[in-house]
Amino acid sequence: MTDLFYSDISTLNKGLDSKSFSAVELMQSVIDRTDAVEAKINAFVDRDIEDALKQARASDERRARGENLGAFDGIPVGIKDILAVKDQSLRCASKVLEGYRSPYDATCITKLRNAGAVIWGRLNMDEFAMGSSTENSAYGVTANPWNLECIPGGSSGGSAAAVSAGEAIVSLGTDTGGSIRQPAALCGVVGMKPTYGLISRYGLVAFASSLDQVGPLSRSVKDSALLLEAITGHDPLDSTSLNQAKVDYSSALDATAKKKTLGVPKEFFQEGIDPEIKEAIEKAIDWYRSEGYAIEEISLPHSELCVPVYYIIATAEASSNLARFDGVRYSHRSKDAENILELFSKSRGEGFGEEVKRRIILGTYVLSSGYYDAYYLRAQKVRSLIRQDFEQAFTKVDAIITPTTPTPAFKRGEKSDDPLAMYLNDIYTISVNLAGLPALSLPVGMTQNNLPIGMQVIGKAFGEADILSIAHDFEINHGYKDMRPQI
Amino acid sequence: MSESDKKIDIDYVAQLARLELSDNDKEKLSGQLNDILVYFEKLNSVDVDGIEPMAHAHKVDNVWREGDELGPVFPKEVLKAMAPESRDDQVVVPKVVE
Repeated sequence: MTDLFYSDISTLNKGLDSKSFSAVELMQSVIDRTDAVEAKINAFVDRDIEDALKQARASDERRARGENLGAFDGIPVGIKDILAVKDQSLRCASKVLEGYRSPYDATCITKLRNAGAVIWGRLNMDEFAMGSSTENSAYGVTANPWNLECIPGGSSGGSAAAVSAGEAIVSLGTDTGGSIRQPAALCGVVGMKPTYGLISRYGLVAFASSLDQVGPLSRSVKDSALLLEAITGHDPLDSTSLNQAKVDYSSALDATAKKKTLGVPKEFFQEGIDPEIKEAIEKAIDWYRSEGYAIEEISLPHSELCVPVYYIIATAEASSNLARFDGVRYSHRSKDAENILELFSKSRGEGFGEEVKRRIILGTYVLSSGYYDAYYLRAQKVRSLIRQDFEQAFTKVDAIITPTTPTPAFKRGEKSDDPLAMYLNDIYTISVNLAGLPALSLPVGMTQNNLPIGMQVIGKAFGEADILSIAHDFEINHGYKDMRPQI
Repeated sequence: MSESDKKIDIDYVAQLARLELSDNDKEKLSGQLNDILVYFEKLNSVDVDGIEPMAHAHKVDNVWREGDELGPVFPKEVLKAMAPESRDDQVVVPKVVE
């Protein structure tokens, strides 16, 4: 039998229902696995083992009373260190929030608790979700389970590595420009960024508010569908949360996805793409064609402008959002401040890491008097053009297939001193955030060096069910779901 | 924009951002940021005349809450415990008014 910590949610539900094992035994299996590999992976910045076991015991007691809360009752869900979990630390992998504990649960955490899930640990990330490698964490780098010298991607690197290494059954991450999909691709797991507005962000520490979304990471498409179902729903506490009808994503998976039309944007297969990734994605596209999907070449002509648009808009929004960390009501306070302005600037200077400082400065600059029109306003206009590209494409196709990343996982330190090279790693994922669309990444191959390759499936707004079923069809006909790294 | 306009005045921007930077930070960031700004010039390759700026993914107008009833609030002990320094139920900061 598969180890409990590497089992999927449906299998675990059967075992819990038939009393083959308890929720406490399942949690203990995940804890033991984490203890065994964490020295190498460092996926977590904090783990409250007592609290996790207490939640698991409560789940067992519910089951014993016949009060099973559903698919998540007793399932350990790892949580990125940017989502508020009551009475647990919340640091966004930053020194500026050292010692901070959240006084409340994020809405997605409340929903998971109501579904019986065991809220498990605080997962490592790039500080304030700014980065593509999880190297920008104040609490150490996370390793890629497939090659410990490589980065796991980022910013949700801990969320992807934990799922890949069996340290959580599923996890929550956040995605502002690819921060779920890129680490999912590099760690060989499934990761999804839902449509903007589908999931409440109440309790998510804001980075770039017009782009941020919460989403699932898992080892199978079905588990991502289940996790998505558990956290969607309108929330009056988030004014960007939209009132959409609930969709049963996991039941929609087996509905035949055949005959769907898939668009392949030619701009995503040009310069800069690793040949092994190009080949793997083309092979996957051939498979879809052979299964009866219509494949259409499409054009997203403004694709090459996504990176500059994103790094203007995201840094502008970040410079404003991160103003709250001023050392007054909470967050790090400098001991050397002699007046209020010094209190702000010294506290922030001491508390923030290098990438966060870089983005605050860049964002402040593009919003500053004399530059606003040239950068910020112009970027917002080009953002409209990027959205129009997708609107145009979706008149002809149901979903769009692209690589998730231009390269497989790279070595630690390789791009740390070249921010622009690091930013270009997001080139295939960020247009989706700019347009507010849903997209997922799923493993579709391995490089000769045994590193995972991810394929991105982009859907229409609120087309989550379509992209999940398209991905599921590929997954059940290939073996990548069951590949495990040797750690 | 001319070449000299593109250089970031790092001291001025850091002051706007209320962010103290070390001399080392300043030197490193200035170089990197100027490279990034040159890269941003790609945006000048496209004509945006008559294009509406997009601030948000969906067209959502003002969102109002029903009424303005007081919901649960955090006990002041919880909020005070977060503050680096507090006294008499107030957060303490250096003198603001001269």
